[in-house]
Amino acid sequence: MEAPLTSNIKPGVSLDIKTYEATGGYQGLRKAMQMTPQEVTALVKESNLRGRGGAGFSTGMKWSFVPMNVEGPKYLICNADEMEPGTFKDRWLLEGNPHQLIEGMIISAYAIQATTSFVFLRWAYKQAAQEIRKAIAEAYAAGYLGNNILGRGFHLEMHLHTGVGRYMCGEETALLNSLEGKRAVPRAKPPFPQISGLFGKPTIVNNVETLSYIPHIVNKGIAWFQSLSRTGDGGTKIYGVSGRVNKPGAWELPMGVTMRELLEEYAGGMQHGYSFRGALPGGASTDFLTSAHLDVPMDFTSVAAAGSRLGTGTMVVLDDHTCPVGFVHNLEHFFAQESCGFCTPCREGLPWTEKILYALERGEGTEEDLEQLDLHTRLLGPGNTFCALAPGAMEPLQSALKYFREDFEQHVHEKKCPYGNYTH
Amino acid sequence: MLTPTEISKIEHELQHVPVKKAAVIEALKIVQQERRWVSDENVEDIATLLGMSADEVDSVATFYNLIFRRPVGRHVILVCDSISCWVMGYEDLKKALMDHLQIHYGQTTPDGRFTLLPNACLGTCDHAPALMVDNDLYRDLTPGMIKNILDKYV
Amino acid sequence: MATIHIDGKTYQVKEGRNLLETCLSLGLDLPYFCWHPALGSVGACRQCAVKTFRDEQDTKGRLVMSCMEPVKDQLRLSISDKEAAAFREQVIGWLMTNHPHDCAVCDEGGSCHLQDMTVMTGHSYRNYHFSKRTHKNQYLGPFLNHEMNRCIQCYRCVRFYKDFAGGKDMDVFAAHNHVYFGRHRDGILESEFSGNLAEVCPTGVFTDKTLKQHYTRKWDMTYAPSVCQGCGLGCNIIAGERYGSLRQITTRYNGAVNGYFLCDRGRYGYEFVNSSRRIKQAAVRALTGTDIGTAEVLQYVKDKLASGKVIGIGSPRASLESNFALQQLVGRPHFHLGMSDTEHDLTTLALKILRQGHVRTPSMQEAATADAVVILGEDLLNTAPMMALSVRQAVNRQPAQEAMNTTHVANWQDAAVREAMQDKHGPCFILNVQPTRLDELATVAYQTAPETIARIGFALARALGAPLAGINDLTDQEQQLVTQMAAALMNAARPLVIAGYGSACEGVLRAASNICEALHQHAKPSMLVLTTPECNSMGLEMLGGLRLDSAVDAVMNGEADTVIILENDLYRRLDKHAADNFFRRCKEVILIDHLYNATAEKATVLLPAGTFAESDGTMVNNEGRAQRFLQVYAPATTAIQESWRWLLQLGRVTNCERLRNMEFFDDVIHALTQQVRCFAGIEKLTPPADFRIAGQKIPREPHRYSGRTAMLANISVSEPKPPVDGDTPLSFTMEGYRGEPPSSVIPFFWWPGWNSVQSINKFQVEIGGSLHDGDPGKRLIEPGGNGQLTFFTDVPDHFVACAGHLQLVPLYHIYGSEELSVHTPGIAERMPAPYIMLSPEDARRYQVAEQHQLQVAVDGHPYTFMVKVNPALQRGMAGIPAGLPGTGIVNMPQMAKV
Ligand SMILES: Cc1cc2nc3c(=O)[nH]c(=O)nc-3n(C[C@H](O)[C@H](O)[C@H](O)COP(=O)(O)O)c2cc1C
Ligand code: SF4
Ligand code: FES
Repeated sequence: MEAPLTSNIKPGVSLDIKTYEATGGYQGLRKAMQMTPQEVTALVKESNLRGRGGAGFSTGMKWSFVPMNVEGPKYLICNADEMEPGTFKDRWLLEGNPHQLIEGMIISAYAIQATTSFVFLRWAYKQAAQEIRKAIAEAYAAGYLGNNILGRGFHLEMHLHTGVGRYMCGEETALLNSLEGKRAVPRAKPPFPQISGLFGKPTIVNNVETLSYIPHIVNKGIAWFQSLSRTGDGGTKIYGVSGRVNKPGAWELPMGVTMRELLEEYAGGMQHGYSFRGALPGGASTDFLTSAHLDVPMDFTSVAAAGSRLGTGTMVVLDDHTCPVGFVHNLEHFFAQESCGFCTPCREGLPWTEKILYALERGEGTEEDLEQLDLHTRLLGPGNTFCALAPGAMEPLQSALKYFREDFEQHVHEKKCPYGNYTH
Repeated sequence: MLTPTEISKIEHELQHVPVKKAAVIEALKIVQQERRWVSDENVEDIATLLGMSADEVDSVATFYNLIFRRPVGRHVILVCDSISCWVMGYEDLKKALMDHLQIHYGQTTPDGRFTLLPNACLGTCDHAPALMVDNDLYRDLTPGMIKNILDKYV
Repeated sequence: MATIHIDGKTYQVKEGRNLLETCLSLGLDLPYFCWHPALGSVGACRQCAVKTFRDEQDTKGRLVMSCMEPVKDQLRLSISDKEAAAFREQVIGWLMTNHPHDCAVCDEGGSCHLQDMTVMTGHSYRNYHFSKRTHKNQYLGPFLNHEMNRCIQCYRCVRFYKDFAGGKDMDVFAAHNHVYFGRHRDGILESEFSGNLAEVCPTGVFTDKTLKQHYTRKWDMTYAPSVCQGCGLGCNIIAGERYGSLRQITTRYNGAVNGYFLCDRGRYGYEFVNSSRRIKQAAVRALTGTDIGTAEVLQYVKDKLASGKVIGIGSPRASLESNFALQQLVGRPHFHLGMSDTEHDLTTLALKILRQGHVRTPSMQEAATADAVVILGEDLLNTAPMMALSVRQAVNRQPAQEAMNTTHVANWQDAAVREAMQDKHGPCFILNVQPTRLDELATVAYQTAPETIARIGFALARALGAPLAGINDLTDQEQQLVTQMAAALMNAARPLVIAGYGSACEGVLRAASNICEALHQHAKPSMLVLTTPECNSMGLEMLGGLRLDSAVDAVMNGEADTVIILENDLYRRLDKHAADNFFRRCKEVILIDHLYNATAEKATVLLPAGTFAESDGTMVNNEGRAQRFLQVYAPATTAIQESWRWLLQLGRVTNCERLRNMEFFDDVIHALTQQVRCFAGIEKLTPPADFRIAGQKIPREPHRYSGRTAMLANISVSEPKPPVDGDTPLSFTMEGYRGEPPSSVIPFFWWPGWNSVQSINKFQVEIGGSLHDGDPGKRLIEPGGNGQLTFFTDVPDHFVACAGHLQLVPLYHIYGSEELSVHTPGIAERMPAPYIMLSPEDARRYQVAEQHQLQVAVDGHPYTFMVKVNPALQRGMAGIPAGLPGTGIVNMPQMAKV
């Protein structure tokens, strides 16, 4: 089984430029530089590579919106903010194979003719910061960055920006504000970043995993890319599992493996004495799936059909000893804290849900509180808030209310947490 | 007053940005690196250096949770309080930490050694629960491991 | 035009605007918070949600924020849709989770947009039963109170303060539901426009601190439409009174003049009306001690006028009517304008340029549409503050247009347009004696002597093709500046040139005129703003009269010995020693004024005049726009009356033919328009006193006015008969016509369901446009273009420093330079101490440093000042704060000996 993104990564070491080149690194770049930027974009578009940052938007399509005939700078940005709770996939790529990402970024920058690029890295990834800083320096030294790259007249600068906290920085327009030295509040779309992004210039933001794929697609072609997948969404995907399983971890697998395979084959099944009640398939802002969904293929389309989202593909498992109310309380606490405070429903609605969940856990919740939660899941839906944070926050809540309703009601009726594990 | 080192580091950052104020987060990080936290006076000095008002700088500084606008201890402990860690025993870990240090979140030990803060997901969910002390990540923790870890920091 | 369907009805509306303003313009009610007509949309509050539908078949629809959606042809939307309505109600529910519900003790209560929107959405039951977050409040200076717990996080305050008005010392702090709006540390808000926060904030976070000191609910005040007395721009204000004192000034929207805003001098400078220095009784110095009434005083004055050689001195801060009545009383040959000679010369010249030139002077709102700006010798934030807001908008014009072209979003998409613009500004050049706070907008800000500014201006006119002699002594830098300005003006579609009294140099005005005339020859629709010093300088100039120095001459050489001074402190028109001399020679000084000032000290007769709040009158602003202010309330004592009414009485006792048969305000206006042709039409500024709607007068008090039967019970238990207003169509009570009055006589803005200032939406033709039946005021001056004026050729000489001497030039201060506003304690607090500003070279030469004392002699009289050093000042020049109490030097520019 091919794992192009990760097969060369060795635990505990980061591939330096020599080793990376020895594994075929920077061949994709050479190839891409023989093509026109438009050809590169067309290729990526045709490959149907879907963004790995969570939303699954077609990468090539996104690039194609960048106006190619305008004067002035353009920017390419790698979103390495990975702060979605339960998500730890980009870290693997960032620490293990930074050149793969850098090569992907150079090719992508070439495709949109950007002259400056940034890696927006979250603060906590200290190790990754070191590796990337080193790798960027190596790439400059080898002539992959800077002036006249590979003698093709293309020029690209690359900088590492490390964040100072806030989940909102991962939202692409808030990320742009943060890079401009502003508060990380999102921007209205339109205009899209492709038209008016960083410093008001055309900008592309892509996820680490998305960008890391680019060299391989250019190198090995569309047919190869699609053959990796079991479903219509091409390529492999990094999946992860955390929670009360025997072997939590992350694996690069064909797009479309089932939840059951992931849980049982790769994560080694549930820990002794715990059984599976459900899971967030792709990070904190996705809807629960339950044992009824174990055979759903983990690709964008199928997970959506099952009522959730593939998101980041990193699954958080809920076991039978953990209180679902406490579980979503923890999530809503996170989302309420990380709201930027710009729009009303998110800023005020999330703390409200958090407080209700806390009250439920302490046995102080009422039937009306449950109604309020239901109402919030509807009113904080997509389009009602300024960005996708609050709608994301409602996904686990609404599905928990659907699948674990009896737990919520038990809290109300028994006036205590039946699991005894409420948060302080 | 900013030190010459701080000023030169900030000026270096200015080369990468089209407008001075875009370097404000970098400047705050630099000052915090040198002093552990950013005082009102530091905010004003950064503002002067970048041609901004103190209010503009502070607006940014107070937005980000990892810019410390109040004094912190010599070592900052950031405990991951997000979902995977919570499932895997965060509550016990937190209690152990608070018992050991005799402080709550947001507080600093009276000897100025540690400040204890909660932090959102550290991105190491497969090794939950986890925490960071300064730049060091600790994973797969149990309450019993706290003392040994903290003893390393003086 | 587009056709859209709202809740099944079809409307024809303007394309390109957003749905929210479109619905509001159509008179529909839709709640909102973060949107503001002058600030555009950002989509933060989510209050304005409506449903849109793809087509007739679509029954599900999509919830959208109406402020963020452009009008498109055939768009279908629903306001009444159940889901949309429920969402809007919940938005209030969310906002209320942290709001303290303290309306009963909140200054905003009863005029609160949040209250109105809460009622509009039907939110009446609180579901949230958890704790609220609380904040600490800040000290923000003398003008604004801060109560952050009431904040609903609409972000309007920072968007107004920073983005619109260019303030730097206020911002939003922290994140999630902790966001905080205020300053980095406690302290005085620096912006000249900070007071607008009280109107911009939809709830009680920022409230008027001066109102707080004598607090009255909005519904308990008596109001009248008025005009600001603070400078020559004539912003429209609403003034509110209770218990005989003036309580508050708010913006009176005028789509052509000040729009939605006011400056802080205008908003807060009203306290002189309530001052303990008010003249409350008619008095005769010779008869002090004896108990005399108004009749005796009039008798005394009658005798003096009969025996004396009488002249009259008018005032640029008195109404046209009062000045006219004085002119009639004393006769034209004896009427003097009462401006300092410099201001007189500058205003005469300004009037000549505007009348005879080919170039139109814009209203403030038109000025805001300029796309290139040249400011000559004017520190706008201190001489004509609100014009600076127009300049701020004008410099955004070009980059905003570019941004709209590249991003394809509409101009009301505020955040998107600002992001695409970044920090770019359109061309703006500011030439002044010292740096100004507006310089941050300037492409080039350049400091030099006023004479040199004029010479640069002449060179610029020549560069634009004016047939003028070359100016060959400009420095290279100045030459380059000329080239750069010429290019910018030629590239612009609507160039704007601003000059005025601030430079105290006629050459600068001539240069400004030349530049615009040159642009006119290129068929550029250029605009010329000339600032004027006082609220009625232009009107007085149009009325016409003799110079002040001729009054001084007349008294000095004995041609006159009795002066009637109208609302004027001559110590602000003449240097102290000159004024002292003048009064020493006068036999009788009859002063009609409202404050006890230095001139009152010298008066032999005092006649207590009503302030603007107690009078009706007309003034003409710098644009030549005649505007009417109406009396707010009847003065505390019957001894106080409008100056013109005093003058009519004097006319009566002296049997003055020219004032015969005049009794009411309308009579004076009628005579004025008959006699001074240029004022034709001002009788229509407001409807006449006998105007009635449905047989009723227009009430000055809201119908909710409370306590009327009890408020004076401590004096008499029976309710006094309300005063009768024979001068205007307004009544002094709450009785009268309840509907919408003609725009010029709207005493306050109120609409059912709209108790806050936002009710203005209901009075406009379209949002941000004119009031129904037009914006009040009438332009009296349109460009003549009759060939009388082409180019001025008299270039002023280069300024040359003169050994042992300093050329004193006036430096203006928004707080301090204006006579009346300094009687507000908060404004006095922000006034500078008198100073003399020197260049570093002169400081060295005269061996003084910052804070030292320096003595200079004017006409041999010594004056001592504290020294300030400013590197931008020209050598040989010294700045003196103009009009500041205690400086003593008025006549500037003039030479002083060191
Ligand atoms: C609140 C929020 C947080 C996000 N955080 C991340 C993140 O940490 N990393 C990421 O790649 N995308 C994140 N996204 C998605 C980005 O906005 C964006 O869609 C993505 O970076 C695009 O990259 P892709 O097209 O390669 O998937 C976040 C979105 C939201 C609404
Ligand atoms: S202070 Fe007022 S204007 Fe500012 S955000 Fe709060 S409610 Fe809005
Ligand atoms: S007014 Fe439309 S979102 Fe605030």
